[in-house]
Amino acid sequence: MVKPRIYFDNSATTMVAPEVVEAMLPYYTQYYGNASSLHTFGQEAKKALEESRAKVAALINAQPDEIIFTGGGTESDNIAIKGIAYRNRTKGKHIITSSIEHPAVLETCRALEKEGFELTYVRVSSEGIVDTQELERSIRKDTILITVMHSNNEIGTIQPVEEIGEIAARHGIPFHTDAVQSAGKIKIDVKAQHIDLLTLTAHKIHGPKGVGALYIRKGIQLQPIIHGGGHEKGLRSSTENVAGVVGFGKACEIAATNLEANADHMRKLRERAIEGVLASIEASYLNGHRTQRLPNNANFRFTGIEGESLVLMLDEAGFATSTGSACSSHKLQPSHVLMALGLRHEEAHGSLRVTFSRYNTEAEVDLFLQTLPGIVGELRKISPLWNRR
Amino acid sequence: MYSPVVMDHFKNPRNVGVIENPDGVGTVGNPVCGDLMTVYIKVENDIIVDVKFQTFGCAAAIATSSMITEMAKGKHVDEALKITRQNVADNLGGLPPVKMHCSNLAADALHLAIKDYYKKRKGVDIEVEVHPEDHTH
Repeated sequence: MVKPRIYFDNSATTMVAPEVVEAMLPYYTQYYGNASSLHTFGQEAKKALEESRAKVAALINAQPDEIIFTGGGTESDNIAIKGIAYRNRTKGKHIITSSIEHPAVLETCRALEKEGFELTYVRVSSEGIVDTQELERSIRKDTILITVMHSNNEIGTIQPVEEIGEIAARHGIPFHTDAVQSAGKIKIDVKAQHIDLLTLTAHKIHGPKGVGALYIRKGIQLQPIIHGGGHEKGLRSSTENVAGVVGFGKACEIAATNLEANADHMRKLRERAIEGVLASIEASYLNGHRTQRLPNNANFRFTGIEGESLVLMLDEAGFATSTGSACSSHKLQPSHVLMALGLRHEEAHGSLRVTFSRYNTEAEVDLFLQTLPGIVGELRKISPLWNRR
Repeated sequence: MYSPVVMDHFKNPRNVGVIENPDGVGTVGNPVCGDLMTVYIKVENDIIVDVKFQTFGCAAAIATSSMITEMAKGKHVDEALKITRQNVADNLGGLPPVKMHCSNLAADALHLAIKDYYKKRKGVDIEVEVHPEDHTH
C-alpha cells in the first residue's frame, strides 16, 4: 500500500487555508506599503489592517479597538502578563495561574517570580479541570492578575472560564486567558465570559505563522514591554505584518462563519477515534475529561509504551501525531500537564495526542484505527513494563 | 533528528526478548526520564553467546539497547565491559545531545549484567562503570 500522508497534529499548527493564502498574496506584491505611511500605498495597508482587526474582534465578541496585533501567542501572553504585572507592581505582587498552562504563560510567570512577584499555581482535577474553589481561596489583597487558559493544549480540557471570569470580576482583578486552542473550535465571548485580556494566534486556525493578537478590554492598562515606534497602541512597536494580519482576519472570518458545523465535524472524528482506540487496544486510556474537551482533541496513553516511540512509528506509517511527553521536544521531563493530573512518571511519558481539523476525514480516522493497534503491539513486545505487568 | 542507523535499530530492533535462566541480568533506567531497560546475557567460557533486551523508552533508548546487543554478542565478558556509551552512540552514527544521557543507558545495563554474571557464576564482586546520576535525576 502507498504510505498515506495524514495530518493529525492540528494543535501544533494547521494548514493555511487556500482562501487565506489567496487573501494574503496581494499584500506582498501589490499593497506592500507600510501601514504607518501617509501615501496611498501606506493607506491601503492601513485599511487592510483595520478591516482585519474588525474580523478578529468579531470572532470573540470584542470591539475592533480592543485588539492589538502581535507576533504570535507567546508574545501576546508576555505582553499581557508582564504588562499587567509591571503596571501594577506598586499595588501588589501576587499572580494566580494554573498548573497546566502552556509554557508561554508558565515560563512568563516563573520569570516574574524571579523578579519578586509571588505566584499561586492552582491545581486541577484528575480530569484536568481547574479547581475554581481553590482559585477563589487563593485570592489575596495584593492579587493583581488571574491568568488561566481557555482550553488546554495537550489534553484539550475546556476550563470553566466564565466562572473564573465572574470570580475575577467580583474581586476586581484583571483576568487573562490564553485562548489559542479554543479559537475556531468553541465559542469565545469576552463579554459573557468576563475576560479582560485574551490571547489568540493565527496559525492554529488555518492562518499563517508569526501573527497573533491580544484582546485588551477597554480601560485595562498595560505597561509596554516592547519599545519603539509606538505601533499597536504603543504595546507592540514594530512595522505591522500586514499580509499576515490579512491572513489572520480571513482565517477568523472563516472560523466564525462555520464554527458550529466545523466543530460538529471534528467532534465526530474525535468520538470515532476515542471509541475505536479504547475498544481495540487493551490497557488504553483517555487523558483529560471525556466530554468537557475541545472537539478536535483526543489524548491517549497506553500502558508500557513511551510516547516518542509511538509518534515515530506512526510517522513511519504516514500519520503525524504528537506526544505530551517532552522526550519528543527539547526537555526530558514528562509532561507537566499529565503530571498535574496525578499520573505516574511512566504513564505521563506514554501519551499520544491526536488533534483534528476541519480538513480531516472519517476515512483517515479509520485508517488510523487500522494501523495503531499493530504499532502498540510491536512496542509492547519490546517493553519490560508491559511484560512484567 | 535521528541518524538513519538509529532509525533502523528503532524500527527493526535486534535481539528483543528475555533469556530464560540467564547468566546475568542488568536493569537500569528511571521513569522520570521515561527510559527503563533490562539486558540478559548467556555466557559460555566467559564468552557472551547470547544477549537479549527489553526496553521502555524513546527511539534512542530502543536503538542503543539494540545496538549494544550486537556489539556484545561473541565478546569476552572483560572485552564487553570496555564498551562505553560513547562507543554505542558512535556506532549509531551519533545521538542528539539531549539523548546522550538518559536514553543512552544500554552500556550501563550490559555492565550490570556482566557484574551479575561474575557474582552469580564465580562468586566475585566486581566494580563496573555505570552512571548513577543519569538514572536518578
